[in-house]
Amino acid sequence: MNARIANIAANTFREAVRDRVLYNLIVFALLMSGAAILVGQISIGIEKLVVINLGLTAVSLFGVVIAIFIGIGLVSKEIDKRTLYTVLSRPVRRWEFIVGKFFGLTGTLIVNTLCMGIGVFAALFYVSHKFAAADAWVLSALYFIVLQFLIITSLALFFSSFSSPLLSAVFAFSLFVIGSFSEDVRGFAAMTHGVERWLATAAAYVVPNISALNVISKVAHGGAIPGDLVLLNTGYALLYSAMVLFAAIWVFEYRNLK
Amino acid sequence: MSAIEILGLEKVYQVGFWRKKPKCALKPLHLQVEEGEVFGFLGPNGAGKTTTLKMLMGLVYPTSGSARILGGDISDRAVRAQIGFLPEHPYFYDYLTGRELLEYYGRLSGMPSTGRSDKISEMLAQVGLADASDVQLRKYSKGMLQRVGIAQAILHDPKLVFLDEPMSGLDPMGRREVRDLMEKLKRQGKTIFFSTHILSDAEALCDRVAIIHLGELRGVGAVEDLTAKMRGRVELIWLGKTVPAAIQALKAECFVTGDTVRAVLDESQQDAAIEVLRRERLRLISLTPVRASLEDYFLSQVQPASTGKGVGA
Repeated sequence: MNARIANIAANTFREAVRDRVLYNLIVFALLMSGAAILVGQISIGIEKLVVINLGLTAVSLFGVVIAIFIGIGLVSKEIDKRTLYTVLSRPVRRWEFIVGKFFGLTGTLIVNTLCMGIGVFAALFYVSHKFAAADAWVLSALYFIVLQFLIITSLALFFSSFSSPLLSAVFAFSLFVIGSFSEDVRGFAAMTHGVERWLATAAAYVVPNISALNVISKVAHGGAIPGDLVLLNTGYALLYSAMVLFAAIWVFEYRNLK
Repeated sequence: MSAIEILGLEKVYQVGFWRKKPKCALKPLHLQVEEGEVFGFLGPNGAGKTTTLKMLMGLVYPTSGSARILGGDISDRAVRAQIGFLPEHPYFYDYLTGRELLEYYGRLSGMPSTGRSDKISEMLAQVGLADASDVQLRKYSKGMLQRVGIAQAILHDPKLVFLDEPMSGLDPMGRREVRDLMEKLKRQGKTIFFSTHILSDAEALCDRVAIIHLGELRGVGAVEDLTAKMRGRVELIWLGKTVPAAIQALKAECFVTGDTVRAVLDESQQDAAIEVLRRERLRLISLTPVRASLEDYFLSQVQPASTGKGVGA
């Protein structure tokens, strides 16, 4: 990473950390983990299942909310407030700005996920008083959640590079929701014929396959995550977010900053 | 080598959603700014000043034409490292302190880490923000923000500084401070290109000015040269309490004060006015040529009634 990208990323991270909303969300996520413990205590025999399910779902949802609501303002806010002008008048390329912003927010989300992940493990330890080998798969689930964040952040950034924050939020959140049901979209495509099949298949490939990155339920039931799935999901998430990031750079490169 | 060379820079926006209509923000502009000059880019609001600056900064792409800055293209990193820019009504990252902001911009400008901190302290002291260096920008006043804005523009010791309305929104003290800073930069041999609609500042600071109105260059040159090209006006003062109709007919601006009347009119009407006073047996007290100010020239170029585009352009 070059020094300019690192500097922009560090500043984005600092902005997120100094943003009170972010702190509130972390606190709220920790409260959710606390609630999971409470539910675990009244769910005899399935405490771990409930804790992992609730904890990881909270980690995922709060991360997505942060990714979308900070991501959509990454570019548009800088244009509205004209802070971008002084940055781009320096020896900084437009693509470096976009990439720096992306790394800054994903860095924030990774740190955030780490904090919340620690909370989930603490809750797990609280309900079972020891760690089992299968609990290690929770780490895989957390890793997949981070991969989801890469995709959502790139989408929010992409929409932010040409659209208003409100529309960007709607678009990014819609794609997240559709992506969460992408397996169903693929199933629908398999059942149709002709143009419909072609359109449904195209849609299934265009929307992010978030459902493939959601292994929360499997991990909660003690299921193992195969290594090839880790590799495949990593490759998919990196490729998808890179493509969206390229699209964001392409749009931003030709945009007049009025 | 010119510091700035603008060759037919033009910007046409397509406005409207369905049926897009062209809207010309800047007609082809040709302009040259020499190294070491303080150049004022004057025009009323919406004249095209900010559009021009944004095109020079590479923030807005021109429809046609080009510009060379310090002999190179604006997209060249080496060129950008040598320029500083203060946008109009600047807003900076308000979660940063003054020192953190300058640190951020210093790094982006490629300033070496050795001595950067000292340079930042020096710059904060220079703009009078040494005491507020560790205060978050959200607690800064408008004048303080403008000063930190100027600090970020000159922190990396650029050869050429672009300032968009640097005195806008400042109180007289703040304006004076910014003016002093600009004079200091001028003494250091920097080229300054600044846009403003505050003519007194331009008159006091600029070696040359350009006047732009409705996206069109209306005049460019040294202030004295431009005002000298104005058609001369004279001021007549005589004893009396009324203005003869024949003098009013000469389109004179008349002001009656006590027992004297003051009239300002075109130099070409001077003899006719004196003849009227003689005929009316009114006693002439004085006849003085009126020196045209930059404001007079500016107004002659931008007022709708005035079509005298040929003056000085």
